[in-house]
Amino acid sequence: MTENIAMLLQGMWETLYMTIASVVFSYLLGLPLGVLFVSTSAHGIAPRKKLHTVLGWIIDIGRSIPFIILIVELIPVTRAIVGKVIGPTAAIVPLVIAATPFVARMVETSLEEVDHGVVEAAKTMGATGWEIITKVLLPESVPSLLRGMSITTITLIGYSAMAGAVGAGGLGDIAIRYGMHRYDVAMMNVTLVLIIVIVAVIQFAFNKTARRIDKRLR
Amino acid sequence: MIRIKNLSKTFDKSCNVDALKNVNLSIEAGDVCGVIGMSGAGKSTLLRCIAMLETPSSGSIEIDGRDIFSLKGKELLDLKKSLGVVFQGYNLLMQRSIRQNIAFPLELIKMPKDQIAKRVDELLSLVGLSDKAEEYPSQLSGGQRQRVAIARALASNPKVLLCDEPTSALDPLTTRSILKLLREINHTLGVTIVIITHEIGVVRSICNKVAVIDAGEIAESGLTKEVFAAPQSQAAKQLLDNDF
Repeated sequence: MTENIAMLLQGMWETLYMTIASVVFSYLLGLPLGVLFVSTSAHGIAPRKKLHTVLGWIIDIGRSIPFIILIVELIPVTRAIVGKVIGPTAAIVPLVIAATPFVARMVETSLEEVDHGVVEAAKTMGATGWEIITKVLLPESVPSLLRGMSITTITLIGYSAMAGAVGAGGLGDIAIRYGMHRYDVAMMNVTLVLIIVIVAVIQFAFNKTARRIDKRLR
Repeated sequence: MIRIKNLSKTFDKSCNVDALKNVNLSIEAGDVCGVIGMSGAGKSTLLRCIAMLETPSSGSIEIDGRDIFSLKGKELLDLKKSLGVVFQGYNLLMQRSIRQNIAFPLELIKMPKDQIAKRVDELLSLVGLSDKAEEYPSQLSGGQRQRVAIARALASNPKVLLCDEPTSALDPLTTRSILKLLREINHTLGVTIVIITHEIGVVRSICNKVAVIDAGEIAESGLTKEVFAAPQSQAAKQLLDNDF
């Protein structure tokens, strides 16, 4: 019993570790990518048709590859970066690669929500493209970006469970080993409940924060 | 002050529509000039050209003798500093407080923080919103939001205030108070004002000069009292006839 609890706690920690690390890294890559994608669009602040098209392809191709195949495809890359292909740290590589284009699309949607008139007002005051990004587009869309981040985080929890199937560890790994391979339904259900609780807490925390900081809701 | 010469603007995307055709207009320092016309007459395009939000297809706009579309770098920034723009939809930053909204253009010109605070206080009292400094745009009425937008446009001490339908989203009472504020700004600060509008009442109440724009062309322009007393063009007559 205590062994099982220790294992579940270990699994929970691994799931959170994989999720949080991949959220951080996928935003480090996906946020600039999304900003660049929006800025280079025809009605963006620095229209570059070709670059925009190419970025669109990269994002869409990245989003089209099924995650389980991406893990396998990325094995050499993972080995080059992490030095191994098994375990939670190794799983972070495919998780980040899968989530980055997803994040870029999320960021795009959030930034597109900012009223174009506000951007024009900033232009008439002599704001540069960089100032429009850092002082108008990003600050104005923080509540929406946070909502996008909650969707990304929850999607990554699901992906991390899938990575568990190929030895990444975490709650997904436990569920597959005990539930699928050993028919231990009770164990599988416990991991399921833990995942549901984690998702609910994350969703709640993000919603509450987004609402609290959104000055439009005063 | 502002010299618009042979200005034309064609939007090629929307099947070669001439938004502006050979527009000539002079606005002197201290004027309050109304540009009036029906919807789609091209009046907003004209203002957007002066505000450098659109590039004209041909012709030129000079402000204080300098062709605005030939300016670059520091000179361009200085010119933008000397133009304030007020929009129909206010265009305030929704996640910034009123104080931070008015401070925004001053942050862009890298004014030191203590000076910004002082300047914002002056502007808040000018537009009568000193008690709203720490509130957010969503907590304000339309008229109050437009006052914030006017304060923001005046922050960098511009010589010219460009107003694009500033009262079109407001009720008659609020419209009157905004027009009164604009008149005061013109009188006390000597700011030249260009107002785009479709409401003849706006022109009548604060504009000393008027330009009637019709199908992208200036149908008639001159002193408001003269144009309104004896309109020459069909477009001006029509506008006055519709004024119940």
